Amino acid sequence: MIEIKGLHKYFGALHVLKGIDLNVEKGEVLSVIGSSGSGKSTLLYCINALEEIQKGAVIVDGVDVHAKSTDMNKLRQNLGMVFQQWNSFPHLTALENVALAPQIVKKHSKTDALAIAEKQLRHVGLGEKLNVYPSALSGGQQQRLAIARALAMEPEYMLFDEATSALDPELVGEVLETMRMLAEEGMTMICVTHEMGFARDVSDRVAYFHQGVMEEIGPPEQIFGDPKSEHTKKFLANVR
Amino acid sequence: MSNTVSVFSGFQLNDIWFMAEAAGRTMLISAVSIVVGTMVGIVCGWGMNAGNFIVRSTLGPVLDLFRSVPLLIQLVLFYNFFPIIGWALDPFASGIFVLSLYTAALVTQVARAGIDSVGLPMRRASRSLGMSYWQDMRYVVWPIGLRAVFPAWVGVALSVMKDSALVSVLGYVELLRASQILITRTQEPFLILAVAGAFYFALSYPLSKYSQKLEERWAS
Ligand SMILES: Nc1ncnc2c1ncn2[C@@H]1O[C@H](COP(=O)(O)OP(=O)(O)O)[C@@H](O)[C@H]1O
Ligand SMILES: [Mg+2]
Repeated sequence: MIEIKGLHKYFGALHVLKGIDLNVEKGEVLSVIGSSGSGKSTLLYCINALEEIQKGAVIVDGVDVHAKSTDMNKLRQNLGMVFQQWNSFPHLTALENVALAPQIVKKHSKTDALAIAEKQLRHVGLGEKLNVYPSALSGGQQQRLAIARALAMEPEYMLFDEATSALDPELVGEVLETMRMLAEEGMTMICVTHEMGFARDVSDRVAYFHQGVMEEIGPPEQIFGDPKSEHTKKFLANVR
Repeated sequence: MSNTVSVFSGFQLNDIWFMAEAAGRTMLISAVSIVVGTMVGIVCGWGMNAGNFIVRSTLGPVLDLFRSVPLLIQLVLFYNFFPIIGWALDPFASGIFVLSLYTAALVTQVARAGIDSVGLPMRRASRSLGMSYWQDMRYVVWPIGLRAVFPAWVGVALSVMKDSALVSVLGYVELLRASQILITRTQEPFLILAVAGAFYFALSYPLSKYSQKLEERWAS
């Protein structure tokens, strides 16, 4: 379980997250929506300690993420993350991209790491592209490669930061399909997304962020059908 | 045959040997300076990328100094400065010292550009997989950055090799100095400079050829 308690985040004087309280249960799929600059990405970065926090706490399976004694490198293995930019390692083949972290971080043998990588690449539908370099892959394929790379660490949680926003429209579907598949397999997911269809159909709950505040959270039927906050209403009217 | 007799004698086969030996010294002084300078430069480049304000604001101006003061002046200054601090370095050691620092200053820029070429998003991606800072450096930043700036590094290495000719002002008999000696004796500047040029070419050609090969392999 991910527990976020009274989380405040500043960039210098800029107050980016203003007291976030949020629990995400095992197996849950949470979509986070909201306009650009509302702090959605920053929230994800605070969960896997890519950003420091100024107040409050993030607790993952009972471990305080931002405590000095916490081994962040160990913790992050359990929190897979997929970014807007796919960030494939350009000097490695698809297989090597995925095998790298299992080998050097988890200390698997090269053979084992490659086997894990192959399994994950097949899982996301890239079984035909094992020995191809990222430059020969489409954006959608590279994003699925990024998903496979995160999955290869066998995380219990996956964080998606607008995984489809940088893709050409015709490539969005294949990535959303992969995310939907993970959700159906029971993966715990927090998905920052602008894909309202995905948020409505796949998530258990939807959270709406506005200027660093979580204005509203609830089941998709309620958020999309009967939003309480004026800001949510406005936002939804604009994205439709 | 004594030197007095050979004054103004023509170019002989022996002279080729003399030049080849000098070319060997050019190669030695360049190779050592490039290796040492590159190692120091990589560390400084990392310091300029990752260091705090104090590191960057001390390192920056010092390196600027080495980059902007002509190498010739640095060589003469240091060569005359060492004895003052009780460090009598011969021309060879002084040359290597100055040339290495000069190389380090140039490589720092290159190394820093290489690290900078791997953006924050990429580095966050590798850290999000659980890689430590140094694993990210070793397995992601280094190979990507190296490919990005390798041609620039080869450029530095080749120019240092040519600039090593300046060490001749300290009396170290490398290729250029050897040529000057022979020109004085034979009065055949064209022939000798052509031979010297051929030696310089022979020294740089393998490096540029090898780097071309590497780049082609990386591009595939
Ligand atoms: N590294 C940073 N330094 C300074 N300000 C930042 C940084 N990252 C994000 N911000 C600011 O924090 C706010 C929230 O950003 P972000 O979390 O990226 O929003 P979102 O993902 O919802 O678009 C924005 O105003 C943004 O400009
Ligand atoms: Mg964002």
